[in-house]
Amino acid sequence: MKKGTGLQYWIGFALILVWCLLPVVWIISLSFKSEAETTTGSPQFLPKEATLDNYRAILKDSDFTHALLNSFGISLIATFLSVVLATLAAYAIARLEFRGKKLVLSLALAIAMFPVVSLVGPLFDMWRTIHLFNTWPGLIIPYMSFTLPLAIWTLAAFFREIPWEMEQAAQVDGATSWQAFRQVIVPLAAPGVFTAAILTFFFAWNEFVLAISLTSTPLARTVPAQMSFFVGPDPFNPPYAQLATASVIVTIPVIIIVLLFQRRIVAGLTSGAVKG
Amino acid sequence: MAAIEMSHIDKRYDDGFHAVKDVNIDVQDGEFMILVGPSGCGKSTLLRMIVGLEDITSGDMVIGGKRVNDLAPRDRNLSMVFQNYALYPHMTVYENIAFPLRLQKMDNAQVDQKVRDAADLLELNEHLERRPANLSGGQRQRVAMGRAIVRDADAFLFDEPLSNLDAKLRGQMRTEISRLQKRLGITTVYVTHDQTEAMTLGDRVAVLKRGVLQQLASPRELYENPGNLFVAGFIGSPPMNFMPATLKGDQVELPFGSVSLPSHMRDMLKGRDGDLLIAGVRPEHFEDASLVDGGADDGATFSTKVDVVEWLGNETYAYIPFEAPPEVQSQLEQLEKDLDGESMRTQLVIALDGASGIKEGDEARIHMDVSKMHLFDPATGQNLTVDVEHAGTIPGLEVSTASA
Ligand SMILES: Nc1ncnc2c1ncn2[C@@H]1O[C@H](COP(=O)(O)OP(=O)(O)OP(=O)(O)O)[C@@H](O)[C@H]1O
Ligand SMILES: [Mg+2]
Repeated sequence: MKKGTGLQYWIGFALILVWCLLPVVWIISLSFKSEAETTTGSPQFLPKEATLDNYRAILKDSDFTHALLNSFGISLIATFLSVVLATLAAYAIARLEFRGKKLVLSLALAIAMFPVVSLVGPLFDMWRTIHLFNTWPGLIIPYMSFTLPLAIWTLAAFFREIPWEMEQAAQVDGATSWQAFRQVIVPLAAPGVFTAAILTFFFAWNEFVLAISLTSTPLARTVPAQMSFFVGPDPFNPPYAQLATASVIVTIPVIIIVLLFQRRIVAGLTSGAVKG
Repeated sequence: MAAIEMSHIDKRYDDGFHAVKDVNIDVQDGEFMILVGPSGCGKSTLLRMIVGLEDITSGDMVIGGKRVNDLAPRDRNLSMVFQNYALYPHMTVYENIAFPLRLQKMDNAQVDQKVRDAADLLELNEHLERRPANLSGGQRQRVAMGRAIVRDADAFLFDEPLSNLDAKLRGQMRTEISRLQKRLGITTVYVTHDQTEAMTLGDRVAVLKRGVLQQLASPRELYENPGNLFVAGFIGSPPMNFMPATLKGDQVELPFGSVSLPSHMRDMLKGRDGDLLIAGVRPEHFEDASLVDGGADDGATFSTKVDVVEWLGNETYAYIPFEAPPEVQSQLEQLEKDLDGESMRTQLVIALDGASGIKEGDEARIHMDVSKMHLFDPATGQNLTVDVEHAGTIPGLEVSTASA
């Protein structure tokens, strides 16, 4: 490295950090401000008097807590199903030679590239006729169809990296195909499984267009959709503090998940399997 | 424990490639069998057909008296050590070795007992809680062996287990494998392309070339009585010398002069008078004439110019170039290709006693032990002077001698 690179590196780093984190800090700061403070003409960056009123209010709001529950339920179920199906499908794609394999892969990619909005109309009609409108499955199913392709592609790449010999060794050791898959291949593909799970969860957790269009009551409405129904006493002045608070609350699980899973996405888990 | 009988085994891959052709090998109970041959000759394919990882196109694979062609690997009760070890990286050494036992649903106490026994045998005790990624090559190799021996398998299969180790470790592990096999007395099939491993480890060695079995015999038989040019050139290091030889009555004309044909070869070469053949003589069957007793009977002495001399202390290698006619030249070039291009220029490599004073550029007198010479048919590569009684099995030879 040349001299001076260190300094430039840190300046660049600080700039990027400020650029990315400033809005987040602003939202956090906003969530601690009182109603009166946010409606004044020239708000300052830090709250004059930090208050937890917003948090108390929002957690008492049963529509919001119910939306939180919906968000968790729908995202977790969609993630679980999507990862299980994607793992099986990706394994078949990585390991088996069958007709139409290319077709399956390109179809999956095509679905992933499909704009979500274009599906809203048809789904709305269809869900109403078959009574899936405003239900959990009504959201879980489209979420899965949008996250599966990505999960399959990610996982297939991971499976391809695992040496065939691992599995053959297991079979010679007396494992059935299923045992070899469960006890050797899946653990080795764990980083891929977690990556796919996180991507799927985030998609479902943050999704707005389908959530707002395919629900009508707090029964199945998720947080992003519910937030658009926050209206304060003054219709021309949205309750900024409340919205910020909801945003902070909805972000916390995401951060926890990333921190939890980060340690499990250990690259190079397979090193040492074969000669290094 | 069990014998393994392969009869008329054929393998065609999906892309149509014919990798193994009509191979017959019987591995006796407790025997250490080596499959050897240059890269791509089908050794691994054959081994994988034994263990069940590759379908058998035709022929019968019989293990312990039972035809196993259609059995899955786990129903064959064999254990295998892979070239890359194929250890499970997410498990400790202990769990790696215990894996086959866990699959058998053995209870914990028994598993523990067996794993510790295997670890004792392989000196892995202090590494049991470590992960494969943190072990040295030799240690990983031993873990792979541990996983193979922990189960009471009917036979061990090894696919080039030492090829990833450095030379010194390879030597150590070779003796270790040999000791282990003798101690456990278990049927073993071992694939290698290294002829030293083949010679030192095997009770018997099967030499393969492009999917065809060339000869199946003990190391000594292969060395002293190779069935054809290919086996002769493959076994032994430095390799056997090949040179043109013309038959003239009881005399053989070699590039360095005429030698008289040993009596036991005369019958075998009937009707070949005047033919151009290939003579094969091992480097150690030459000697500095000044170091040989005058009384040596069937020897021949000739004088020639020595090109290069390599003195190794206990012995000296001398290189002597010669001219070969085109028929022989082309056959030798083909042979070189078959042997994976181990360089065989038309020169003699001869091993002299370390005491020999021959120097580069000298006009030296060299003695050759003619009784140890072999004569090969340049067209078929067949050894015309093979001692059939002491050459194990040479496929095709039984037929050709009967029809002759
Ligand atoms: N899955 C496959 N499909 C088609 N051909 C194959 C396949 N596997 C191996 N072959 C071919 O079969 C031949 C024998 O392969 P094999 O792996 O048995 O060789 P080998 O003797 O073990 O060589 P090496 O010493 O390099 O390991 C090779 O020519 C190879 O190209
Ligand atoms: Mg091989």
